[in-house]
Amino acid sequence: MDLADIALARTWVQAIAAAMAEHKDQLTQLDSAIGDADHGINMERGFTAVKAALANLEPATVGAVFVKAGTTLISSVGGASGPLYGSAFRAMGKALDVPSADTGQFAAALAAGLQSLQKLGAATPGDKTMVDAYAPALDAFQKAADSGGDLTTAARAAADAAEEGMRATTPMQARKGRASYLGARSVGHQDPGATSTALIFRALAETLAELP
Amino acid sequence: MKKLINAPEAVLDDALAGIAAAHPTLRVDREHKVITRAEGTRPGKVALVSGGGSGHEPLHGGFVGPGMLDAACPGEVFTSPVPGQMLAAAQAVDGGAGLLFIVKNYTGDVLNFEMAAELATEQGSTVETVLIDDDVAVEDSTFTAGRRGTGATVLVEKIAGALAEQGADLAAVAELGRRVNAASRSFAVALTACTTPAAGKPGFELPEDEIEVGVGIHGEPGRRREPLRPAKEIVSAMLEPILGELSLATGDQTIVMVNGLGGTPLLELYVAFNEVAAAFADRGIVIARNLVGNYVTSLDMAGVSITVCKADADMLSLWDAPVNTPALRWGA
Repeated sequence: MDLADIALARTWVQAIAAAMAEHKDQLTQLDSAIGDADHGINMERGFTAVKAALANLEPATVGAVFVKAGTTLISSVGGASGPLYGSAFRAMGKALDVPSADTGQFAAALAAGLQSLQKLGAATPGDKTMVDAYAPALDAFQKAADSGGDLTTAARAAADAAEEGMRATTPMQARKGRASYLGARSVGHQDPGATSTALIFRALAETLAELP
Repeated sequence: MKKLINAPEAVLDDALAGIAAAHPTLRVDREHKVITRAEGTRPGKVALVSGGGSGHEPLHGGFVGPGMLDAACPGEVFTSPVPGQMLAAAQAVDGGAGLLFIVKNYTGDVLNFEMAAELATEQGSTVETVLIDDDVAVEDSTFTAGRRGTGATVLVEKIAGALAEQGADLAAVAELGRRVNAASRSFAVALTACTTPAAGKPGFELPEDEIEVGVGIHGEPGRRREPLRPAKEIVSAMLEPILGELSLATGDQTIVMVNGLGGTPLLELYVAFNEVAAAFADRGIVIARNLVGNYVTSLDMAGVSITVCKADADMLSLWDAPVNTPALRWGA
């Protein structure tokens, strides 16, 4: 697929909601090892609210879907993941003020999302956070786009890279967020935020793969 | 999991309804999840707003009332509230003299309160923030999120609340709040993990003969695990990093809080306080005021935190000022 339109944006967000519901217990389990055991329920609550908010929305642009999703996450999730994911989706949405976007535009929007996430959370790769899945995913997406790959190809590359980045958080010592309080004891546990980020990119790849 | 609840997702709303029914001096806005004083804020008085995840009761709703907080925003269990909630609280209590946000240093609390401060400022309010970071179990370095905010929250809310009640301006109330925080240090140990209603099982497994040392207030594991020992030895180990950082000298005055994390009987808290009192007497440090009880809890976690504030005469006099809240009341 070459163009991301409003329908794709909606379907992706719905797929994220389904993935969060399906992996709620896994996220909570990962979070109970190094955090406070609420990541699964928080993400599910947030994306359930997003689904409801989008049901009544008639967006004029691709970005409008993501801005609405981001605003809803900020106002319904709480914790650190609400503002972080919320600001990333809002930044991505603001970069897509168009009825449809090509692979390059979509890559630029994903980059704006990461930038916003890092600005707010002040995390860099290696801190054992969402960034450790998001940064390699963006990188892979961008590379695929640069070499002429379509959205489907780029999204698959991004999802694979996000999962690799997610797994790479296991041996890391956390330097940001609640897990950082554990010091060396955070080593040996996969980061729940990187895991939910990987779910978001996998949902995009699967959404595109299922399109005719 | 064995809990007296209706359903995990209903816990916060049911508890808010209970707080409303139990305390006519409070006004509970269940839609926005905001607890304020029923009589409102006196015009011209600096308004203190605090909040954080639920599960730490009586923090923060239990400290709303004359002499302490004007509003509290309880988030979901162990999850910081959302900016809209804090904004609703700010709008409900802004008496024209500005708002003081009292925020515990946890990433989620900090991010959401920052956003709320921006929104409130856009709407014409003046906002100052006091960030609480008293937990010496956490190394304060650029490699962590910085020290956590725990027990000192109660001391800051009480002392800054008293100054606000006397009519001081926002800058003075904020400055005092920061001063109390800077003069306070805390340390906690857990004897058992706690169980969040949503997770349904304890956050970690702790053998009968071991304790988690250096825990926060969210059921997260501590810095290390150690064998269970007599209270005297555990308290002594907890005081070491606190006293190491506060540089207390003979004759110095302190406020000491021995706080239960939710699952420890008062009997054991008094055992702990006795050890603190003995250790301070040995060093010639004066415990001028104290609190012993459950003030900042972590659901059903068995454990104790110790908070020590090196208090000056102003702080002690404001500590003694009247306070009338569900969880702290004297002189009123």
